[in-house]
Amino acid sequence: MMRFLRSAFVIARRDFSATVLSKTFIFFLLAPLFPAAMGGLFGSIGARVATQTERPVVAVVAPSDEFRRISEARDQLAAAIGDQTLVKIVGYSPAPDEAAQEKSLLASRSPPVRAVLTGGLDHPRLVGSVGSDPATIGQLKLMIANARAGDAGEAPDLAVTEVRASPGSLSTDRVTTAWIAQAALFFLTLMLSTMVMSQLIEEKSNKVIEVIAAAMRIDAMFVGKLFAMLAASVLALLVWISAGALLLQMVKHGGAASLPPPAVGWPGFLALAVIYFGMNYLLFGAAFLMIGAQASTAREVQTMSLPVTFAQMLIFAFAATVINAPDSAQALAAAAFPLSSPMAMLARAAEQPQWWPHVVAILWQACWVALILRVGAQLFRKTVLKSGPRIPWWRFGRA
Amino acid sequence: MLRQAQHERIEDGIAVEATDLVKDFGDTRAVDGVSLKVPTGTIYGLLGPNGAGKTTTLRMLLGIIDPSSGSRLVLGRERPLDAAQEIGYLPEERGLYPAMHARDAIAFMGALRGLPLAEGRRRADALLAEHDLADWGRKTIRSLSKGMAQIVQLLGTIIHKPRLIVLDEPFAGLDAINQGKLEELIRREARTGVTVIFSTHVIAHAERLCEQIAIIAKGRVAFDGRVDEARARLRPIVRLRTRSSDGRWRTAIPDGARREGDEWVFELPGDGPEPLLKALIDGGAGIETLAIERPGLHDAFVAIAGNKAAAAMREEKPE
Repeated sequence: MMRFLRSAFVIARRDFSATVLSKTFIFFLLAPLFPAAMGGLFGSIGARVATQTERPVVAVVAPSDEFRRISEARDQLAAAIGDQTLVKIVGYSPAPDEAAQEKSLLASRSPPVRAVLTGGLDHPRLVGSVGSDPATIGQLKLMIANARAGDAGEAPDLAVTEVRASPGSLSTDRVTTAWIAQAALFFLTLMLSTMVMSQLIEEKSNKVIEVIAAAMRIDAMFVGKLFAMLAASVLALLVWISAGALLLQMVKHGGAASLPPPAVGWPGFLALAVIYFGMNYLLFGAAFLMIGAQASTAREVQTMSLPVTFAQMLIFAFAATVINAPDSAQALAAAAFPLSSPMAMLARAAEQPQWWPHVVAILWQACWVALILRVGAQLFRKTVLKSGPRIPWWRFGRA
Repeated sequence: MLRQAQHERIEDGIAVEATDLVKDFGDTRAVDGVSLKVPTGTIYGLLGPNGAGKTTTLRMLLGIIDPSSGSRLVLGRERPLDAAQEIGYLPEERGLYPAMHARDAIAFMGALRGLPLAEGRRRADALLAEHDLADWGRKTIRSLSKGMAQIVQLLGTIIHKPRLIVLDEPFAGLDAINQGKLEELIRREARTGVTVIFSTHVIAHAERLCEQIAIIAKGRVAFDGRVDEARARLRPIVRLRTRSSDGRWRTAIPDGARREGDEWVFELPGDGPEPLLKALIDGGAGIETLAIERPGLHDAFVAIAGNKAAAAMREEKPE
């Protein structure tokens, strides 16, 4: 066992140094900036589009007193649900020729009138292209009802006592935490998977594999390669987490401490996040290393990457079923299926306070890591080194 | 019990023993029942044309691949990887990490065999200096010439002071000067008691270096023994030139003798040179020149492996 570990360490040390001390590792560290920059870019474009697009306007043809009451009713609604989501209204005094005024307003481009409300508060009538917009109609109905109610419809005083968190708010916040944690785990593993797949290409192309295979067991090499990549990604993760916490500290009052607390508490959750990241990485990494070991060229690895990415997305979607339903049959299946188990259990840690399921899950996942590594090493010997006796598939993991 | 048997084997002076090794790749049988014994401290050559099964045999002996059947005992261990720390291996297809420094590459190869990295670096510096490559120790492998890289890999093969060195076609790709250096290095290692096994398809290398050889053809061992034993399989060759073109002496020329220009060429008869000489002198041959040549390893190879295998060796790229 000591020799096995020592051999794995020799490979891990070489791979870790080769990865971390290369110039390309700097690009690797910058990797999260690209999705963040893209998110920021598309977000700002979206915001600009949203603000630059003039919202449709409803022209209210009514005496000034009635328009004032409707406008006040709108202000009340805006205070409750936000001004941005409410229909805009513009008041017009009634003209002698009501039909001509209506026609002229509907043709107006500045402001872009979508509908005209006439008939005052007693007999309101709406004309315009609003058939496909029940929200506008509903909002106008509420405004008219409140305006009709007048002072009697004024909002009553409500004494508010602030508590830090209620079960309802916590539940919502924890769903958010679960979702964010799961998504982060997924994207990190997705990013690393292609790197792991190509781990053996170097040795196979420069023939070092022959020297290594003559000096140690192939599974020691697999373990070494896997843990080297794990160490490199943990290093990168520490850099990213530190940068993220610093950023959060700068942009959000209270910093990271103001984030919604997960069910197992922050320290426990962070510890589990690190463990599940390790497990998720080792499970996917071992599987991808096994698949990648069959490839001889970078092109073959690229060809393999697409189905692997889709498979990962499918597993992510499966693991996401846990969120908000941690005790459902689907959630249990996601926790039991080895490749979705770390993501499912991390989401569970955000929502449920019990610890024992995590102990069971971590042991379960560790068994699968060992099994996949064993099968991977055997497959490598069989398909690449053309060695090893024929093993019936039902005994593959045991031989 | 097994351990005791293994120790006895080592004390027998056998470093490597293969018994009926067979390797099938799908429907193709690459090695077909190879058995050989490599005495401790010898330089042992595996001789045969490309495709004969030399590399596959070596890879089985090293535990890189498992045999389909048969067994091997390497430095007393049934599983060769258990003895990996005492073995040095230079594969036919050379491989080094191009971005590594030469000294680190050597130290890494030592580390693979259990040598601490710091000690490996120290020894690497000394070895590089010894081979006039001290200035190249901190240069990357990609900046070295092919010959230099090959020497670096060879130094990596011996950095951990192995008891058994296995070299697969070590002379391939080396120029004459580096071939000479490599031959000297092999001899030097052998002088310290290290067992060296190397494969080659160049008979001259085997003839110069080896004490024992195995001739492999079509996946089988056609001969396993000392080089002089292989040569002894053939009778010495007599080359005779006479002043007289005919006479009684012609009865002394054995059947099957051939003419090469003015010379008669034939195997020395079993009763030795004296009766032949007497018959030639008494018969009035007028001996102008008479040479008795010991057959070379090439002749022995032809006799053992056949003309076809010998032709295949000749057709391969000369080194």
